[in-house]
Amino acid sequence: MTHIVVDPVTRIEGHLRIEAEVEGGRVRDAWSSATMFRGIELILKGRDPRDAWAFTQRICGVCTTVHAIASIRAVENAIGAEPPPNARLLRNLIIASQCVQDHVIHFYHLHALDWVDIVSALSADPAQTATLAQSISDWPLASATYFRGVKDRLKAFVDRGQLGPFANAYWGHSAYRLPPAANLMAVAHYLEALDWQREVIKIHAVLGGKNPHLQSFLVGGMATPIDPDKQASLNAGSLAEIRRLIHKAKDFVNRVYIPDLLAVAGFYKDWAGIGGGVGNYLVYGEYPEEDTPNARLFLPSGVIRGRDLAKVERFDPAKITEHIAHSWYEYEGGDGQGKHPSQGETKPKYTGPKPPYERLDTAAKYSWLKSPRYDGLPMEVGPLARMLVAYASGHERVQQLVNGALGKLGVGPAALFSTLGRVAARGLETALLAEKMETWLDELGENMARRDLRIHDNTRWEPDTWPRDATGAGFHEAPRGALGHWVHIQDGVIRNYQCVVPSTWNAGPRDAAGHRGPYEEALLNTPVADAEKPLELLRTVHSFDPCIACGVHVVDAKRRELAAVRAL
Amino acid sequence: MGDRQSWFAEELERRGVSRREFVGWCSTVAAALSLPGTASAQIARAVQRTKKPVLVWLEFQDCCGNTESFLRASRPSVADVVLDTLSVDYHETIMAAAGHQAEAALEKTVREQKGQYIAVVEGSIPTGDDGAYCTIGGKSAVQISREVCGNAAAVIAMGTCATFGGLPAAAPNPTSALGVGEAVPGLKHLINLSACPANVENLTALIVYYLTFKEWPPVDRHKRPLFAYGKAIHDACERRAHFDAGQYVEAWGDEGHRTGYCLFKMGCKGPVTFQNCPNVRWNGGTNWPIGCGHPCIGCAEPAFWDRMTPFYQHLSGVPGFGLHSNVDRLGLWGVAAVGAAFAAHGAVSLVQRRRRGEHQPDADGAGPADEGGQQP
Repeated sequence: MTHIVVDPVTRIEGHLRIEAEVEGGRVRDAWSSATMFRGIELILKGRDPRDAWAFTQRICGVCTTVHAIASIRAVENAIGAEPPPNARLLRNLIIASQCVQDHVIHFYHLHALDWVDIVSALSADPAQTATLAQSISDWPLASATYFRGVKDRLKAFVDRGQLGPFANAYWGHSAYRLPPAANLMAVAHYLEALDWQREVIKIHAVLGGKNPHLQSFLVGGMATPIDPDKQASLNAGSLAEIRRLIHKAKDFVNRVYIPDLLAVAGFYKDWAGIGGGVGNYLVYGEYPEEDTPNARLFLPSGVIRGRDLAKVERFDPAKITEHIAHSWYEYEGGDGQGKHPSQGETKPKYTGPKPPYERLDTAAKYSWLKSPRYDGLPMEVGPLARMLVAYASGHERVQQLVNGALGKLGVGPAALFSTLGRVAARGLETALLAEKMETWLDELGENMARRDLRIHDNTRWEPDTWPRDATGAGFHEAPRGALGHWVHIQDGVIRNYQCVVPSTWNAGPRDAAGHRGPYEEALLNTPVADAEKPLELLRTVHSFDPCIACGVHVVDAKRRELAAVRAL
Repeated sequence: MGDRQSWFAEELERRGVSRREFVGWCSTVAAALSLPGTASAQIARAVQRTKKPVLVWLEFQDCCGNTESFLRASRPSVADVVLDTLSVDYHETIMAAAGHQAEAALEKTVREQKGQYIAVVEGSIPTGDDGAYCTIGGKSAVQISREVCGNAAAVIAMGTCATFGGLPAAAPNPTSALGVGEAVPGLKHLINLSACPANVENLTALIVYYLTFKEWPPVDRHKRPLFAYGKAIHDACERRAHFDAGQYVEAWGDEGHRTGYCLFKMGCKGPVTFQNCPNVRWNGGTNWPIGCGHPCIGCAEPAFWDRMTPFYQHLSGVPGFGLHSNVDRLGLWGVAAVGAAFAAHGAVSLVQRRRRGEHQPDADGAGPADEGGQQP
């Protein structure tokens, strides 16, 4: 039995540590630990709830829109504000473009190097790469000359002896399986995607002033004025620019990302049998298509248990609880129980080893993440959960996309419950959203043409229009999965605030009943050819797209004495 | 290692950048840094001659927003070349290596490049509970930052968290978070790029300046480069004429909002925030927050989460407001008076929060005192 520690887990957002026992070339057990904590919910107490979105937005600068969206929805739910249709459309566009850009960055810049050996690309024949590229897509940058240029550039980089971010990696590992020609193609697209992401996210600059940390959110609507006759508003010119960027996004996704995904997956089909995890999936649903409280959602909510695609349960927010049996917190009334987020409580109590340390005591508490449970069970959230719930709920376009991909790979639906399934679902969702976005832009244009220029519900802006005591919940599907914010407002200020976050669902530790979290469960039986270089372990962890700063954010108001503790 | 100059020329060519564009870009940087015209030739020479300098990027109590900003460098396209000409030997978000191989890369840089590398820090550094609120590879952020920053040639605090403690340090500062300057006392070559996140255009200009002149540009009292933080947003704002004319947005989506009137009454903190947003803008010059109809929230200033909130409450005591006064009159007030208004506003919001019986702001955690301090 070998005990391995991966810390830092890189190519993620935030600070994640994985410890695992490896025996006979397989992971026998695993522990997921988050090693950073800020305490944003405590900071929110006593503040104006209209400001909360900007605070929670800073939980994460990668998925830089998601906590702002969940926050304004929670406060609107509490005070009864009703954003007008244009605000819904602007938000849908912002949410979808976030998801599309984020998924592409994940595939090329955070995950690809687990599957692509950059050093191998140095021995590629550019002509073979061109043949491969042209066989899977009509993307124009696919000539032998182009790939020779990329190879020369890579060679010059390596020859200079300063490998920078590519130094010390697992190059040459036996688990890398792409031929040199495919590796070179992937390197070319890694570089193209860097330029692409910078361009398409300008959608956010148009609609939100800047990215990261867009600044156009408002409780009750959006701050981006709409008026076809004004230079200082979103007008026909802005819509044309957004349309151009959407086309650019769609073009790259359909002609580069999806063909690459299917090509790479073809070499790694065994990963359709690895990394399955808990097999329970939770989705809150996203993209309201109407302006009523129970609006139809483009991506439906639902719960799947035990990989049973024949049955999608209705999502019931009352069934969510958070546990701390293995988390560095304490509950009044003991650590054995779970608490609903509306009654949430989070007092930090660090009992881990004093840094610097070598090992965590995984039998005791070992993470800054709590363990969210639904009806007592660990749940996987994210693109795979969303695609499965939509697929099983009869979403026609999702069924087409999923069946198409399964057909091309020659595998059945069971292959979805895996590391490869997670990677594939993320790509298919990207394609789905990239093609959907334009319909919201068209609707916005139609409203503009009808002179419906409303962007905000002014009737609930002033705190004296709010109930004295109000509670609300805001649900959202972030790129990494189901996100919920719960707020309690009293006398115009925040009394309590709780976030239950996708990476808390996925990366959380064991609960009191001993259920592993989804990362931990998914790592079981993952092959590890070389315990010194656990490349395979990274594949499964990265397939969830960890975002750990999102996961750890909570603290309780009563823990005031912490402010007095100063180590310096 | 070959001829540096020809290598750089090749790099430019590969990226489709002509010699003329490069020289033009150097002039732009010189202008951004308020340097005389002859400096552009010096910048061009320095950048072309330099061996790829080593840079390590540390993330502590961060949200990765400054890394994302870094990835958005887009104007001018040669800026990408300059960033590419750095050897980024450690950056957890982008590096291929993980675990102890990643730690080894950092250790190697500190050991072999001692006194020569640039360290960028993103996120605040928690000092509570013996550093348990942020550990990497089992070491605390305090331990890592002291070792890595202490041995660097120069340190850039990127973003408001690394500069002033930022959001984690907002009242009641649950983890006793600090900015780099406070957490690692005695750093001689520290420069701060506040804002949430910091704008990559300023990072680029700063690095080029450093490579050219082997020192940091002139800074303000918060060690921020004057070329980026020397002027209030209000003074360069495209909506300033509306402020002077007394034309304000009164409600979200009203005629004034759609016309681009001044956002002062909606809570804009532009008069007390020093940053070059209106000129440089964001995402390749595409837009900026006020440009899309939302007030400035003052994200470049110390303790802005405590002192600029509530965000939608307008500043009090700003000269010119409600007087429909002219520009000359405003000019007489100058920065000091605006600072006083800011201090008053910060104090009022803190007092209001105390009155509500909520958290007690931690004066130490509120960042270095500045324009008039935060005392009433």
